[in-house]
Amino acid sequence: MSNFSLSNLMTRQDVLGFVVLALILLVVLPLSLDVMRLNQVGKYLSFAFVTVGLVLCWGYGGILSLGQGVFYGLGGYALAMFLKLEASSPENTSIQSTPGIPDFMDWNQITELPWLWEPFHSFGFSLLAILLVPTVLAYLIGFAMFKRRVSGVYFAIITQAISSILTILIIGQQGYTGGVNGITDLQTLMGWSIRTDYASYVFYFVGVALLFVCLFIAQFITKSKLGRILVAMRGQEDRVRFSGYDVANFKIFVFCVGAAFAAVGGAMFTLQEKFMSPSFVGIVPSIEMVIFCAVGGRLSILGAVYGALLVNVFRTVLGESFPELWLFAMGLLFVGVVLAFPDGLAGVYQKYAAPTVDRFLDKAPLFRRWPSSTSHSEPIKAS
Amino acid sequence: MSAATARATNTDFVLAVEGLTVSFEGFKAVDDLSFYVDEKEIRVIIGPNGAGKTTVLDLICGRTKATEGSVKFRNKELTTLNEHEIVRAGVGRKFQTPSIYEDLTVFENLELCYPRGRNVFGALFFKRDQKVINKVRETAEMVNLLDQIEDSADLLSHGKKQWLEIGMLLIQDPALLMLDEPVAGMSVTERQQTAELLRRITADRSVIVIEHDMQFVAEIADHVTVMHQGKILAEGTAEKVKQDPKVIEVYLGH
Amino acid sequence: MFSDYSATELGSIFAMQGFAGLILFAVFLLMALGLAIIFGQMGVINMAHGEFMILGAYITYLTSNVFADYFPALFGGYFFVAMVLAFLAAAALGALVEWTVIRRLYHRPLDTLLATWGLSLLMQQSYRSIFGAREVGVEVPDWMAGSFQVTDFVELPVNGLFVMCIAVAVTLAVYLLMFRSSWGSRVRAVVQNRPMAGAVGINTAKMDRMTFALGCGIAGIAGSAFTMIGSTGPSAGQDYIVDTFLVVVFGGAASILGTVASAFSISQAQSTMEFFLGGSMAKVLTLLTVVIILMFRPQGLFTLKVRK
Ligand SMILES: Nc1ncnc2c1ncn2[C@@H]1O[C@H](COP(=O)(O)OP(=O)(O)OP(=O)(O)O)[C@@H](O)[C@H]1O
Ligand SMILES: [Mg+2]
Repeated sequence: MSNFSLSNLMTRQDVLGFVVLALILLVVLPLSLDVMRLNQVGKYLSFAFVTVGLVLCWGYGGILSLGQGVFYGLGGYALAMFLKLEASSPENTSIQSTPGIPDFMDWNQITELPWLWEPFHSFGFSLLAILLVPTVLAYLIGFAMFKRRVSGVYFAIITQAISSILTILIIGQQGYTGGVNGITDLQTLMGWSIRTDYASYVFYFVGVALLFVCLFIAQFITKSKLGRILVAMRGQEDRVRFSGYDVANFKIFVFCVGAAFAAVGGAMFTLQEKFMSPSFVGIVPSIEMVIFCAVGGRLSILGAVYGALLVNVFRTVLGESFPELWLFAMGLLFVGVVLAFPDGLAGVYQKYAAPTVDRFLDKAPLFRRWPSSTSHSEPIKAS
Repeated sequence: MSAATARATNTDFVLAVEGLTVSFEGFKAVDDLSFYVDEKEIRVIIGPNGAGKTTVLDLICGRTKATEGSVKFRNKELTTLNEHEIVRAGVGRKFQTPSIYEDLTVFENLELCYPRGRNVFGALFFKRDQKVINKVRETAEMVNLLDQIEDSADLLSHGKKQWLEIGMLLIQDPALLMLDEPVAGMSVTERQQTAELLRRITADRSVIVIEHDMQFVAEIADHVTVMHQGKILAEGTAEKVKQDPKVIEVYLGH
Repeated sequence: MFSDYSATELGSIFAMQGFAGLILFAVFLLMALGLAIIFGQMGVINMAHGEFMILGAYITYLTSNVFADYFPALFGGYFFVAMVLAFLAAAALGALVEWTVIRRLYHRPLDTLLATWGLSLLMQQSYRSIFGAREVGVEVPDWMAGSFQVTDFVELPVNGLFVMCIAVAVTLAVYLLMFRSSWGSRVRAVVQNRPMAGAVGINTAKMDRMTFALGCGIAGIAGSAFTMIGSTGPSAGQDYIVDTFLVVVFGGAASILGTVASAFSISQAQSTMEFFLGGSMAKVLTLLTVVIILMFRPQGLFTLKVRK
């Protein structure tokens, strides 16, 4: 009975879920949408990275972070800085008073590239920074807070303050960050234009592939003993200590994983939208990502993807026809999901559709023998 | 102090509590308490409500930090350690209200307490091998829960939740087991089964039990410590303590 | 950095700056008091607290218009009427919100946070639909528009002084109500031991609703007072929320004195730094300091140990 075999990692419903999601993202959408729309879906999926991380932190670990925008933003900015430097070669910027530095620096009378920007000439460094800067920050925040047993509401408020701090800092230091407009006019990646249709397709598929990597990691975590410790901790944190675990370390771990996922999402956003700005860092986007997650189902990693997709599609549709209704809809969504559907779409699926699907799977040749539950339980109740 | 330190370094005791004091905003819930528990001894702590019994266990297992005094477990100072370090040193604690993981199954509850893979990556790559499964089943059998091993723990009756919690401690194989009112709220038959269970599991370890039921106390105790207002009122065998006039006055009399 | 100024100039700069800090203190205090009751006493996270303030501000705006149109002779006193109306409107809405949403979520604090955030969006959009997206300002009565000339360099605006007086009055009222009245002791009884309070005959559901309404009502007064020093827009409430929560948490959630002290220290730190570093850096440093202190003292500056 090995822990690493697929049948232990996934129930047949999970397998079905992964296959269906893969079909939708890799076949149905690319075939049915034009490149512009597909690019939009890619952008929505970049939020799915955050929501999958939130399922781990919040759904499983009970840690509600209202600062995921910080990690998303840092990941996005790390890549944007690299791309911006590439776009600001001395030839491209020869009309500036100081050629070779990003345009917004020139506008702000900065005459030399700040030291913080120097290493972002290197692609390798930038890739590392995308992952490491947010993760290390998450580690520091998590260490400081969880070791001192700050959690729940206080953690939420402090993370919110942190996202507020970073936003003010980015907007205030426009000479170094591009200010409220963010970093714009990104053109090429290692000499290869990122603005062609072809590039859009490539980025879309790269994004989906990375999302599936994150989904598998998340699935592995939730099905491991660590996942069960998180569930246990959510209800009985004290008891977990008396089972011999250092609770803080587990919280730090999921918080870091959530931050790393969010950072990848942010970088994918930068690639697909060709800019990054503080409007994805602050408290509003951070809490919106929480509601994407809640809509999908805070305990379901696949649900989180649908949550991010559907809420954003809904926003686009509504925004195109009735922009003034959007805030009403979003407000109602928050209140309604919390009051009426705390387990989100995944909860609705579990309750109404899952039994029928299961009966169907009993007859399906491929799935008949696959266990309908892993030996590990999957919690479906919200706490 | 030096005499006390000399005693505390005595290796004969499993647990040596000395001068233990905790004050909450000036209120001393435990006041200069000292007692010693021998290897394989069953020690029962009794006393009126609010005497500080639970607080003593809280102090030993690190849930509450002592204001003063020392707790030595096999010559290891516990007052400076964290809860999980104390557990890993070999002290197990059952809470007054049953505290189990309601979202998990009985199997998973027990497995979670199995002493392996306790750090982050250990837990992430923890493998449920035959050894773990056997140990879990063996423990479940011991606490009469083998039939319900796949059930979600929140479906268990109150008494069975208490057993499950005892099982979760047993699988940690602690050298010192601390039980806070293990039979409170149980039916008569459950009570008997629990007494039976306790007798079996206490055979090869030291145990501290808090209990109000004097009949039950007399059945299991080697020594009884009577607490009152954070201090020790009397100590000795169950028989001796029962006849102590001070104890009768503050505790048994009514 | 001081060498450019003469001694008297420096003195008056500090005096003015200190006064600006005091106004900020009054603002923080007014923002935080209502929340200190709701979060500190009830443990409810009300993310729509800022929107309740804005409600008070719009009520004041409406009242001033009504007075200007129908009772121009009484215009000098409209503000006091507006303040009472703002309190009543915000409290009534608060009671309604408690009854429809909050009471279902008392055991799920993080979910209250999300639901009240949704509420704040609904309120924002309502303001936008009713009052338009632009900021509105109220006409300040003449007697409030002037300023006291203290020395040649130092002058203190009357409206600032007025806001301070309101802050002091509201703080005193809250203190007396929460800690010196039998109503306050019942509120605290409910907070400390709900079943027990219920058992001795306190209607806990009603207490919850009234406490929540009171907190919202105070937010309404705060919003009303703010119209005297600035204009109001539909989404202004969101700018307050982080500051407000930090003031309350920093002060130690359950103590009025803590809230006062924390509002004072945060406002002074911010206004002093603002002078040297500019607004955004001052804000960043203040928030950062508060966050770091909270990491070391998560229970806030002024709290007692309580049993978990
Ligand atoms: N963290 C704390 N803060 C304040 N007071 C506390 C704390 N912990 C315990 N106390 C107080 O210490 C006293 C002893 O409490 P404790 O729970 O240890 O009593 P007990 O002997 O276990 O009583 P029971 O038989 O009712 O379980 C009580 O008065 C209690 O209110
Ligand atoms: Mg007790």
